[in-house]
This record gives sequence, structure tokens and C-alpha cells, in this order.
Amino acid sequence: MAPQAEGHAPARPLPFRGGGYLPTPRHGAALVAFVAIIAIWELAVRQRWVTPLFLPAPSSVLAALREVAEAGTLWRHVSESLLRIAAGWTVGTLAGLAVGFSMGLFSLARAVGLPIVSALFPIPKIALLPLLILWLGIGEVSKIATIALGVFFPTVIAVYSGIDGVPRSLIRMGQSFNLPWRDIVRKIVLPGALPGILAGFRITASIALILLVSAEMIGAEYGIGAFILAAGNLMLTDQLLAGVVCLSALGLAIGAILSRLERWLLRWR
Amino acid sequence: MELIVEGVSHRYGDVTALDGIDIAARAGEILALIGPSGCGKSTLLGIMGGILAPSAGRVMLAGEARAGTLNPLTYVFQDFALLPWRTVEGNVALALEHHRLDPGERAARIDDVLARTGLGDFRAAFPKQLSGGMRQRVGIARALAVKPSILLMDEPLSALDAQTRELLMEDFLALWLRERITAVWVTHNLAEALRVADRVAVLSRRPGRLRDVVAIGVPQSERGHDAAQRDLAALHDRLWALIKAEAQVAEREVADHGAAG
Ligand SMILES: Nc1ncnc2c1ncn2[C@@H]1O[C@H](COP(=O)(O)OP(=O)(O)OP(=O)(O)O)[C@@H](O)[C@H]1O
Ligand SMILES: [Mg+2]
Repeated sequence: MAPQAEGHAPARPLPFRGGGYLPTPRHGAALVAFVAIIAIWELAVRQRWVTPLFLPAPSSVLAALREVAEAGTLWRHVSESLLRIAAGWTVGTLAGLAVGFSMGLFSLARAVGLPIVSALFPIPKIALLPLLILWLGIGEVSKIATIALGVFFPTVIAVYSGIDGVPRSLIRMGQSFNLPWRDIVRKIVLPGALPGILAGFRITASIALILLVSAEMIGAEYGIGAFILAAGNLMLTDQLLAGVVCLSALGLAIGAILSRLERWLLRWR
Repeated sequence: MELIVEGVSHRYGDVTALDGIDIAARAGEILALIGPSGCGKSTLLGIMGGILAPSAGRVMLAGEARAGTLNPLTYVFQDFALLPWRTVEGNVALALEHHRLDPGERAARIDDVLARTGLGDFRAAFPKQLSGGMRQRVGIARALAVKPSILLMDEPLSALDAQTRELLMEDFLALWLRERITAVWVTHNLAEALRVADRVAVLSRRPGRLRDVVAIGVPQSERGHDAAQRDLAALHDRLWALIKAEAQVAEREVADHGAAG
């Protein structure tokens, strides 16, 4: 017999209404989907559902990549791009850190800096490249300056708001133990702002990549952007996509480095 | 050491938080500050510890600091104020690092306070790995490490659940009874004030004025005894009568604000 509530109607099991909405890890699902997309793409081209000229098969892209790699031109393009992005990002980040820290720590710097930064932040920095070329010449410096400018403003804002977000109570605590100003900055403000600063690095890295390609497409002989543009002009779509693959690999590598850095610096989280 | 508040008033813009407070924390006592929420208890404690400048009045120190004091006026915070990126040991060390101590003494002080607060096994843990009670133990350990002459405690137990609060209160009292550090203990919990304090100062609702200061004649170590219960119950009723009316008005005030805004 079914369990019976004391002398009342028969008891029913309570329906379960929870479940769902919770992200549960599905290992390998992403890999399977990725492989499937590549396979369908390859199949579509082989079956002539799409013209290879417009969308070359993954295998031809790979072949084109190997070809330029063996000819040695790939390395030339990639190394020039790496140099530009590294120089531009470093200069922009160092300047951004300096200005962001001053704005976070000193009210005068904040009062002066915040309106200026807010006004200049929304300008798409690639629009300044022609002006920078006039000022600095068509060579490397104008491209590096464009990247640096693009990186500078988001860094300032990330550092400034990172410092602003450090709980006042922790600073009060430092003061109540008579910590010198220098120690409060070094031991409380800096580590407290670090998560925000590192999140800013992710944003500036992708901005730097966009500006790198744009600048190289406007005026460069070597570089991944120039390589892609030249391939497009000659309708060499397999080489074009090989360049895109290089870019995505570069983006992934930067992301991986930043993840490593975060895991190491923020291991207390 | 003794801390004397003379005619202290404080305004935030046009909000008067404190109005003409005169009170002293006497050497070796625990002075509880009790009052309805928003009456200026934290403000008063900030002024007493010299991290907030009063709009009027002054705070005086009398007597000698204890031997070995690094930071005479030391806080224990309601929200613990621990650095999440430092371990238990690192958080305690923070209070010592900027003082000239030889490494041996620094390590000895850290070991001593961690042992006394029952944190010996947790020295390498990060705050997020600890329960609320353990976190406040770190806050207390950090305060004791500088051998304070006056402890300023802003609702040190308010963020904890009832059982943890009870346990930590007993442990704190046991620590306190050995050294009898002058302490100001802010709370809005009457039972807590009656358990730990030598005297209870009652503040009115905002603007905070001193309503009364009531001495509890029974030593802390005897408050659990049956003989003391009658006296304590009488004190409880007397203090509750003072606080109840204030709290009722203060509560309605907040509701009125809500209705108006
Ligand atoms: N920085 C500030 N600026 C403006 N007003 C403030 C500031 N700090 C506190 N106040 C106001 O002053 C009054 C007293 O605040 P305080 O924090 O000292 O009260 P409290 O008794 O500690 O309250 P609680 O029980 O909520 O902790 C409150 O009305 C509060 O809104
Ligand atoms: Mg308060």
C-alpha cells in the first residue's frame, strides 16, 4: 500500500522544481564542436557547396601557412608585428600605469586628469594615425604610437578605478596601525587594485591587436596586417586566411600568458 | 592608559552625528557604548582613536602606555578589515612590519598572539578559507600583536552568528582578564554589553548625546554565577527602558525618511 498520511488522502512524492540554470562542466564538448565545424567546412569545400576562391578549405589554409613559413616570409611578418605590438603595448601600459596611479592617489592629479582622460578616451585611436604619420613619419614610430595611445587610456581608467575600488575600510585599518603612506600604497592599495589592473590588461591586449592590424594595413611593408592586405589584393584567400590564423594564434597566446599571470598574482582568490 | 573625551561634537555636512559628548574610558576597564543604529557610535570611536577629527571638542590621553606598546590605540573592526591576499600570519605581521623589531621578537609576538587566539593551526590559511569567527580572531590577534594600551572595538561580534558570538566573547574575556587592557566596546546588543562591560554608556538617537552611564558592579568573572543574576536582570531592565524608547523613535524616523523620499 502507498504510504498514508494519518487518516487523510494518500501521500504523493513532492515534485522537484530545482535543477537547470547551473553551469555544469561538460569536458570535451567544446573540442568536439570545434572539430565538427572544421570537418563540415572541409566537407563543404570538397563537395563544391562553396567556391574555394571565396572560402578555401582548412587543409588549403594549412598548406598555404606551411608554404609561407618554409619560404621564411611568415617569420618576417610575424616578428615585425610582435615587435610593434610589444613596444606599443609596453609604452602605453607604462604611461597608463604612471598616470592611473597618480590619479588614484592624488586628488590634484585626479581633478586635472579625469576630465581629460574621459574626453580623449572615446576617440578611436586609429583615426589619429594619419596625424601621427605627419608628425612622426611613416616608419615604425607612428604605428607604435598609435598602439600606445590606444592602450594608454583604458589602462589609466583600469588603474584609477582599481585603486578607487580598494575598500576604504582597509586603508583606514592601515592608518589605524600607523602604517606609513608608502606602506599603505605598497601593501594595501597596490594589491587591492591588482585584479582591476589585470582585467584592464586583457582589454588593452585586444585593443593593441586591433590597432596593430589596422596600422599595418594602412602603411606597412611587413607585418601580419600587411600580409593579409596583400593576399586580399591578389585574391589569395588561402594566404589571407593563413594570416588570420596567425592573428588568432597570437591573440590566444596573449590570453594564455595573461591567464597565467592572473593565476600566479591572484592565487589568494 | 585612560582616554578622556571632552565636549566632542561632530557634523557630517549638515547632519549632526554627535552632540557634546563627555566621557572617559578609565584605565583597565571595558566601557561599552550602546545606542540605536545611526546614533554616531562609530563616529565617536573614530574620534577616540584619532582617525577622525571632531568638529568640536577634544580627546585627551592620560597615563603611561604599556611596556612594549607599538600602537597605543588599536582597533578591532566589525568587518574584520583583513587583507584577503595575506595569510593569517601575514595579516598579523602587517601590524609589525613597519616597526623596528628584531626578527626574533617579531616572530615571537606573532607566535604568541596566534597561540592565544587559537589560530596556531591556521597561520598559513587565507581569510576566505576561514569562518567569520576565525576571521575576527585574526583581527583580535593583529590588535594584540602591537600590545595596545587601549582597544577600540567597533561591534566586533555583530557580523557573527549567535553561537560564534558567544564563544568568541568568552574567549575574548578570558584573554582580557589576564591583561585588563582599557577597552571601548561598541555594540547595539544589550546582553553583550552586560556580559563584557564594566560600565555601559547609553547614547541617544541622532544627534548622539550621552543619556546615561551605568556601572555594572559585578566583576566579569562572576557574571555567570546565580548570585549575580538578580542584579544583572535589574540592570538589564533599567538599560532596556532607556534604550527601548530611543530605538522606537529612531526606527520610526528612518521609516518617515523612506516615506518622504
Ligand atoms: N562619512 C559620512 N558622511 C556623511 N554622513 C555620515 C558619514 N558617516 C556617518 N554618517 C552619518 O552619521 C550618523 C552616525 O553614523 P555612525 O556610523 O557613527 O553611526 P553608528 O551608531 O555607528 O551606526 P550603526 O549602528 O549603523 O553602525 C549616521 O546618521 C550616518 O548616516
Ligand atoms: Mg557603526
